[in-house]
Amino acid sequence: MVSLPGSTAVAGIGATEFSKQSGRSELQLAAEAVFAALDDAGLSPSDVDGLVTYTQDTNQEIAVAREVGIGDLTFFSRVHYGGGAACGTVLHAAMAVATGVAETVVCYRAFNERSGRRFGQPDARIGGEPSSQGLEMSWHVPYGLMTPAAWVAMFARRYMHAYGVTSEDFGRVAVAMRRHAATNPAAWFHGRPITLEEHQASRWIAEPLHLLDCCQESDGAVALVVTSAERARDLRRSPALISAAAQGAGAGQLMMTSYYRDDMTGLPEMGVVGRRLWEQSGLGPADIQTAILYDHFTPFVLTQLEELGFCGRGEARDFVAGGGIEIDGRLPVNPHGGQLGEAYIHGMNGIAEAVRQIRGTSVNQVAAVRNVLVTAGTGVPTSGLVLSAE
Amino acid sequence: MTATAEADLHDRLMALAERQIAVGEVRGVAAADPVNLPMIRHWAAAMGDANPVYTDAEAAAGSAHGEIVAPPAMIQVWTMPGVVRDGRQATTPVDDVLRALDGSGYTGVVATNCEQTYHRYLRLGERLVPATRFTGLAGPKRTALGEGYFVTWNITWYSQDEPVADMLFRVLKFRPRERKTKPEAREPYPLKPAINRDTAFFWEGVGRGELLIQRCADCGELRHPPGPVCPSCRSVERTHVVASGVGEVYSYVVHHNPPVPGRSTPFVVAVVELPEGVRIVGNVVDCPPEEVGIGMQVRVTYRQMDDELILPMWVPQES
Ligand SMILES: [Zn+2]
Repeated sequence: MVSLPGSTAVAGIGATEFSKQSGRSELQLAAEAVFAALDDAGLSPSDVDGLVTYTQDTNQEIAVAREVGIGDLTFFSRVHYGGGAACGTVLHAAMAVATGVAETVVCYRAFNERSGRRFGQPDARIGGEPSSQGLEMSWHVPYGLMTPAAWVAMFARRYMHAYGVTSEDFGRVAVAMRRHAATNPAAWFHGRPITLEEHQASRWIAEPLHLLDCCQESDGAVALVVTSAERARDLRRSPALISAAAQGAGAGQLMMTSYYRDDMTGLPEMGVVGRRLWEQSGLGPADIQTAILYDHFTPFVLTQLEELGFCGRGEARDFVAGGGIEIDGRLPVNPHGGQLGEAYIHGMNGIAEAVRQIRGTSVNQVAAVRNVLVTAGTGVPTSGLVLSAE
Repeated sequence: MTATAEADLHDRLMALAERQIAVGEVRGVAAADPVNLPMIRHWAAAMGDANPVYTDAEAAAGSAHGEIVAPPAMIQVWTMPGVVRDGRQATTPVDDVLRALDGSGYTGVVATNCEQTYHRYLRLGERLVPATRFTGLAGPKRTALGEGYFVTWNITWYSQDEPVADMLFRVLKFRPRERKTKPEAREPYPLKPAINRDTAFFWEGVGRGELLIQRCADCGELRHPPGPVCPSCRSVERTHVVASGVGEVYSYVVHHNPPVPGRSTPFVVAVVELPEGVRIVGNVVDCPPEEVGIGMQVRVTYRQMDDELILPMWVPQES
């Protein structure tokens, strides 16, 4: 059997600027990010024989290949469930490389999520069709429960009730992310930290979530080059080895409204991912020097700390309040500022930051990084990675 | 209408009222028929008045009246114009006032007072003539029905030249409030559920005012949201039970932003746990959002969202 752990690596990362109005098409953004990632790796478009993106991406693989000048493709794939796809694209690429289906696969995500279609805006059509997803939405959308913030808020309220968690506990996550972003020149919120008071004073989106519990909306693109570890060693950058890659969905899973399972205070699908990651990599929470935890909304950062074993159930609030997620804390989380601070590129920008942390080139570099954990979208079927230094 | 135009209208109406009061009493057209036994009999039967003095000549002869008399409350009947207006009705001083009010938008009408005074009993064969006096206009007044004027007049009924009864009659002529609710209700609600053969039973139940939970016909497991195959025993034989209609708030959100089509913010959406053992999502209504909490006891209600869609919703149990 082909073994995934350690046999593949991320050899290149690339991105456009992160903005609120890119002024160009999503396809152009995709092409620019792919060029940047190939340049970073020291590869040319003709070296690429595979492309992977999100089901939600509007740029077909063949369209990106045409713009970039990629020739023959032997592998193309898409990953479902919104931001839950992020690390999944790397998993699909790594599987293709490890099995010899492709040699060099580029993963990309490109959108004008602020100036174009905004995911946070209600769309009356989402419940309209009797597909399995449309029917699932139909138990919620008619009641006006139709934005990601509101879907997450439903989990957050129960979590607060179960563990005595407060809005301030969520706010401390936002404050930490904005503090990290403040020293990252690539971050939209570079130089703009916030206080807990500002978090508390920000307007309600869907109680218990304030505006500052919600990540920003961004235009931009990120691309990653995945190839074999062996080949990566001969390229321009030191490789970020893929020690583990996993997808996960839980029993009784719905897209983003899994309210019918026994418990609403955890993220069972992330538990599935976490167990697979530890199993594949032979590592555990104590072996991780920094983590990129998906932060579209603050409450699930707390839940992930618990679900992945960095602290016990209901203990994340204390972990965060005690400075655990700061750059010098027990587990620095999202040194780039996350999606709350840097940009919302559907989790792809977090994977790029994980690679920089492995290389030792981040603007907010954590000391002595060996292994970085990365997670994808929360509340949805999701995915995760452990990247490691040589 | 501007404030000035309203003031002008009021002045015109009051001036008209003054003139009509000054006209004094105006005699109307005499009754088509004299006071008669068949009409009395019909009226007494319809009103359930069995007093024999109105209908039984023998009993009446032995009474203080010495003969049949008409029930006094029938007074309006004798001179009431028929359903088919034949142009014989005389105009009264009230007509111009009512017409002026109609023309100014006070098209609604509701009777507010009717006070009758009977001077004596009427005997068979008496032929009455009504006479109308316009006596007052008051307003504009704000009322529950809308802004309006109270219009008052008096009618005196004469037999020959003898007044036998008087009536004070007052109506409110009002401008009907803009009925906003109706056109809005007809606007299609934009958040329609997708429905297929696996879920149709639920929405049909809601249409009948029943909250249905899918039940496996083989193993009996209850399930919501429903689906085509029982996850416990693979059976595709489905039936359903009618939920008790009570539940408990398991979690909830108060939606503020961004605006949601077809909804006004803030509104509450809750995950409601039913005693039957399943959860369902719905709005909590008729309750201020700040009073909603986890553990709150609720019961189901149904709201018509547009011509087609009814949604189950939840209200506090104590209400
Ligand atoms: Zn069954």
